Amino acid sequence: MSSTFLGMPSLPVFGSGNLHAAESFPKAAHRELGNAQLRANLGHATHTIRDKRLKVVSELPDWEQLRDAGSAIKQSVMARLPELLEEFEANFTGGGGVIHWARDAAEANEIVAGLVRATGETEVVKVKSMATQEIGLNEYLEEQGIAAFETDLAELIVQLDHDKPSHILVPAIHKNRTEIRDIFLREMPGADPELTDTPAVLAMAARAHLRRKFLTAKVAVSGANFALADSGTLAVVESEGNGRMCLTLPETLITVMGVEKLLPGWQDLEVFMQLLPRSSTGERMNPYTSLWTGVTEGDGPQNVHLVLLDNGRSAALADEMGRSALHCIRCSACMNVCPVYERTGGHAYGSTYPGPIGAILSPLLTGIESEENSSLPYASSLCGACYDACPVKINIPDILVHLRSVDVDSKRGKKKLPSQMDVGMKAASWALSSGKRLGLVEKGLPLGRLAAGPDKKITKLPGIAGGWTQSRDIPAPPSESFRSWWATEHKATEHKTDTHKTEGEQA
Amino acid sequence: MSARDDILARIRSALQDTPEAPEIPRGYRQDSGLGEDELVELLVDRLIDYKAQVVVVPEAELPATLAGLLAGASSVVVPEGLDGGWLAGFDDGDVRVDSAAAPLAVTELDAVDAVVTASAVAVAETGTIILDGSPNQGRRAISLVPDHHLCVVRAADIAGILPEALRRIEGTRPLTMISGPSATSDIELERVEGVHGPRRLDVVITR
Repeated sequence: MSSTFLGMPSLPVFGSGNLHAAESFPKAAHRELGNAQLRANLGHATHTIRDKRLKVVSELPDWEQLRDAGSAIKQSVMARLPELLEEFEANFTGGGGVIHWARDAAEANEIVAGLVRATGETEVVKVKSMATQEIGLNEYLEEQGIAAFETDLAELIVQLDHDKPSHILVPAIHKNRTEIRDIFLREMPGADPELTDTPAVLAMAARAHLRRKFLTAKVAVSGANFALADSGTLAVVESEGNGRMCLTLPETLITVMGVEKLLPGWQDLEVFMQLLPRSSTGERMNPYTSLWTGVTEGDGPQNVHLVLLDNGRSAALADEMGRSALHCIRCSACMNVCPVYERTGGHAYGSTYPGPIGAILSPLLTGIESEENSSLPYASSLCGACYDACPVKINIPDILVHLRSVDVDSKRGKKKLPSQMDVGMKAASWALSSGKRLGLVEKGLPLGRLAAGPDKKITKLPGIAGGWTQSRDIPAPPSESFRSWWATEHKATEHKTDTHKTEGEQA
Repeated sequence: MSARDDILARIRSALQDTPEAPEIPRGYRQDSGLGEDELVELLVDRLIDYKAQVVVVPEAELPATLAGLLAGASSVVVPEGLDGGWLAGFDDGDVRVDSAAAPLAVTELDAVDAVVTASAVAVAETGTIILDGSPNQGRRAISLVPDHHLCVVRAADIAGILPEALRRIEGTRPLTMISGPSATSDIELERVEGVHGPRRLDVVITR
């Protein structure tokens, strides 16, 4: 089949699942900012990882060339996605794997539950996966009577604490060591009451807790970091060995992966395996990477499935300005450098994908009008640190601005009464469209001085302008505007100024 | 319409502006240009940084070196294709041979003290060793479940950087890339060695 589009264009079909801000970002952020412990934990963790990342990135003389290659490869994948998916499907199936396609979260959940049920098992072990977090797989499996055990240390902490992940790489980044020790003591059966809060001791407790599960599990569920179209190979990048345990020991392996994770071929892996570890954990290489191509007789799972997930990715792809958000390799470098994420934490974003990438990806996947997701593109100062850190050069600030315009357009004409912003903008448009009008408005400056009072400060503005004065004062305006000062000052010396101008032009 | 056809149709529709697939600029390094001595030195440095134990020995001393590193172990598992002479110094120990045709059970692997394997290729710059499931490296499970992994790397198999290493291996084999003992950074982003994979990694480089 040709990859050229021949049919009628269809409307984008958006995704569902754990992709929504249930309350607006400013509201959620305001609440999270009240948690001083959270801010301290996040500040410590994000600064640690920033330093590590900078150190290992500066070691590579060709970092920028790798970023350029990574960006171009992903752009090429998006342009050729239909043909690459068909090529991947043929190769994965040829290698003995089975492919399932899921339009949305609900369909993916049903497929996975059906596959687990077919094995007769009621327990699965899980490798950390953003895709399964996005579709809410654990919750669905639980409803179906299937227990899913998270095996990544941070996911385990979050699961034991009945909490939600707040970071895509280190889901428990909002917890410090003492809080984690307390969770283990409270929730981990048989935890040593003498458990200390030394990270190494806590890691050992997790090892002991999960060992029996790994050695007896019959079914595992994973995500995938990369899929190679020309061979049908899947890759999982990890640190602890929990990934290897899940990918190697069980009889059945079910992988859930977004359709955008494809890479054309083997040669492309050399680019991404240099970009990803240094950008995510700030290591030269992560401890373990597993690659498998369908089924290998006598080695690893003999029953290998892959669920290919759309869930709004095709809708994101349809947005020409926003589609590069799908280039994301989930390294988390953007959140680690973000001044907003560093203070609010991941929960404020509501979605599985927090931080700068989440602020664009979530509304692109769900549509800007879904729940409170229209507030996410504003969760940024547009400082651009995320763009600098992104290993595949996603221009997050540009997409944030684009989505703000999509948001404004989507609301246009829907409100009966103009908002304060509308009125303010109208007024500004009138005043700024001619010098005369501006001069007229500036005659009102003394009014501002009056409002500032004897201490020469305006401490509280009314309406939406109140946001500005919430945490800072405005100095009293000058008694005269610059334009009026210029007019009086230069009236007398007009002739002289003209001479200067002529000389300048001759030079 | 099947989900497959539906999704492919959605994607084609999303790409109706027919975006261009750019040429891939591959201006990044393709090789390190390092000689064997430098490669060995770099790999040793990187492995030590990961808290792996590393020794460099002439091939003739390999059996004695392995025996020394296995001090205290009473049982060891080896893949069927491992050079029989390598464990000549481990006379009094219990050596189990694993193969795809006669695999050891997971509980048996859990009970042995150590595993000895060869390796396919290593990457000096990142301190990475790649196993490709060849007969002298065995099934993926054997280098995972035992708590102590002894891995032999021939100096000739050390590549400088990742692109060189990946050119030397077949991507469709079951592959495991190992960079140090298992580790986690999940608590306050501080790296801690030793979680679910082998907590002790000894690398023996032969030349």
